[in-house]
Amino acid sequence: MSLLPYIVAVWLFLVGLYGIVTSRNFIHLVMCLAILQSSTYVFLLAVGYRIGAGPPVFANVPVGTPAVDPVVQALLLTDIVVEATVVALLLSFAVQVHRNTATLDPEKVVELEG
Amino acid sequence: MNPLVPLPLLIPLAAAFLLGLLNKRCPRWFADSIAILAASATGVVSLILMHESALRPIVYWYGAWTPRSGIALGVDFYVDPFSAGLAAFVCLLALASFIFSLHYFDSVGNLFHVLMLGFIAAMCGFSLSGDLFNLFVYFELMSVAAFALCGYKTEEPSTQQGAINFAVLNTIGAFLALLGLGMFYARTGALNLAQIGRTLGHDSGVLVVTSFVFVMCGLLVKAAAFPFHFWLADAHAVAPTPVCVLFSGIMVELGVYAVARVYWSLMDGALAPHRSALTGVLLVVGTMTALLGACMCFAQRHIKRLLAFSTISHTGLLIIGFALLKPGALAGAALYLIGHGAAKGALFLVAGILLHRCGSIDEAHLYGRGRKMPWTGAVFVLGGFGLVGLIPFGTFAGEHAIEFIAERNHQGWLDIVFFLAVTITAAAVFRVYARVFLGRGTRLSSGARLKTVDERRETSGPHNHVPAVMFLPAFALGLLAIAAGCIPGETHAVLTAACAFADHAGYQARVLEGAFLPIQAVASEHAPLLSSVLRSLGATLAAIALAVFAISPAWDRGRIYSRPFARSMAFIRRLHSGRVGDYVAYFAFGVAAIGIALAFLIAS
Repeated sequence: MSLLPYIVAVWLFLVGLYGIVTSRNFIHLVMCLAILQSSTYVFLLAVGYRIGAGPPVFANVPVGTPAVDPVVQALLLTDIVVEATVVALLLSFAVQVHRNTATLDPEKVVELEG
Repeated sequence: MNPLVPLPLLIPLAAAFLLGLLNKRCPRWFADSIAILAASATGVVSLILMHESALRPIVYWYGAWTPRSGIALGVDFYVDPFSAGLAAFVCLLALASFIFSLHYFDSVGNLFHVLMLGFIAAMCGFSLSGDLFNLFVYFELMSVAAFALCGYKTEEPSTQQGAINFAVLNTIGAFLALLGLGMFYARTGALNLAQIGRTLGHDSGVLVVTSFVFVMCGLLVKAAAFPFHFWLADAHAVAPTPVCVLFSGIMVELGVYAVARVYWSLMDGALAPHRSALTGVLLVVGTMTALLGACMCFAQRHIKRLLAFSTISHTGLLIIGFALLKPGALAGAALYLIGHGAAKGALFLVAGILLHRCGSIDEAHLYGRGRKMPWTGAVFVLGGFGLVGLIPFGTFAGEHAIEFIAERNHQGWLDIVFFLAVTITAAAVFRVYARVFLGRGTRLSSGARLKTVDERRETSGPHNHVPAVMFLPAFALGLLAIAAGCIPGETHAVLTAACAFADHAGYQARVLEGAFLPIQAVASEHAPLLSSVLRSLGATLAAIALAVFAISPAWDRGRIYSRPFARSMAFIRRLHSGRVGDYVAYFAFGVAAIGIALAFLIAS
């Protein structure tokens, strides 16, 4: 098993985190969150992948044929649904922010502090 | 298989679906009654489950996919008095919120009810789940419903700021937990808590500890532990008051519960030789959370924000209760959770009444305007006594149990942490009471000493009296905060349940072999009551004294002589900058610090 997907997953997580920390635009921030989440996709797929294995469809194949792990793929689908919901909700908040304050800069809409 | 087990999840989801489908086609009273009915029914079912599982926990496998030869195939709900009791408490607080909000939110259809019911279902599922991935799914369902409820008042910019901070931080926490979960799956090939725990055995290698740190930190974001707590005050300041009751009363505490569940079911075997390492790290986290929350609480004048920081402080105390990793302290934490949740719910509802009557939530603007509401004020004081842990409140019983275990484990310094946290948070509440409901003491300048958020009224209609539907839930929660500490035989029953909760091998046998293991009754040791009573009275007097001092002119003069204190306070307040980027940076720092500290302590 190659180490590359894990390195990519860690890279995506960190780069997403960096983007969120330094973001000056809510839309950009939400996209960084989506990138951060895609690290979990890569990671989960890497966990379940086996070199030389086929898809986890067990019709018309001899018993014992290697297949990739279908469980992580199910987790991944759930993960995608979760991400779509969260991103949609956050984007709607961003639209509301823009409607109310005519800016998308997190620095300029700070009303709660201290 | 007990057919009642899926109902705490199904009833609220079905009601939410029905109301979502009808949406604006059904009248308001219909939505209200369906929501109240669903919350009550779920609560009753949860109470029955709690009663039935008191002697023997119930394991329910969905689709009857029971384990084959000790390998879990399906997804289970694990019902023990703790999980069912938490589900019942969720429903009780939700019921209070629904009744309180009977004439709230006229214009928006039934969206509020749909979101609240989804929120309830997710929290019930979260408490009952016996599967790590389902725990994540309920965590996310709960979070998404909470984000939407938090950003409910769309016309104010501060609302979106609070909701975005809340959503971004909790989502990152959830993904970190998901990464940890994936690592557990990679190591063990299992998602069931008992199965992972059994497969791990005594392996405390780098991979296992890292996975646990990721899962734990993800859950601690929900639990608002330092330094992940920054979202909480922003979210509470902007969320509608009935929602705050659920946020503060139970959602945050569920984060601590989940850490406890994951630890005892999954990591207790692996970390058995390194318990003191985990205890050390979590005690530091809990202490920081408790003290920082208390200081920030006292510095607020936005009442909902003040109560939110008090929640952070008390969650820190709950984390301390868990951190001792002893069943006795766990039982104390459970009692504390109920006592604090009820008291905090009552306090938030009173804040909602103030907002309804006076159209403001700022201590300065409200000066003396609560004088016509003596009974509402009485409930506020009751909540304050609940926070300080006056005998016989539920918080007293909890604090008593935790401190007894702490002293026996040579952690007597925790007494001081408890004393400081409860005294300062309660003093803040008493100070608000004196200014708002008695009209005593110095006036705060309503100018710009600190930036405040003006809340618009959440209600329409006449504002010249306190409606019974607003007062009664607050009053009932105040009484519950007392009752939680007075039920005879309660301490012993909770301790028995806690021993079963902390039984790592028993959990696995019950889940994977379906073993008929009754819960063993344990002999409770009688902790010396007198010193606890004295401490509780002392803390109450200290809180009142501090509140009196804070509203006296001497306080304002004293500010000049206490420069170092004022400076450090200003620094702490600057940390709470309201910028989501800063909060995420603190989060990354916190995860790294906790991970490195734990790894260092385990290795040494």
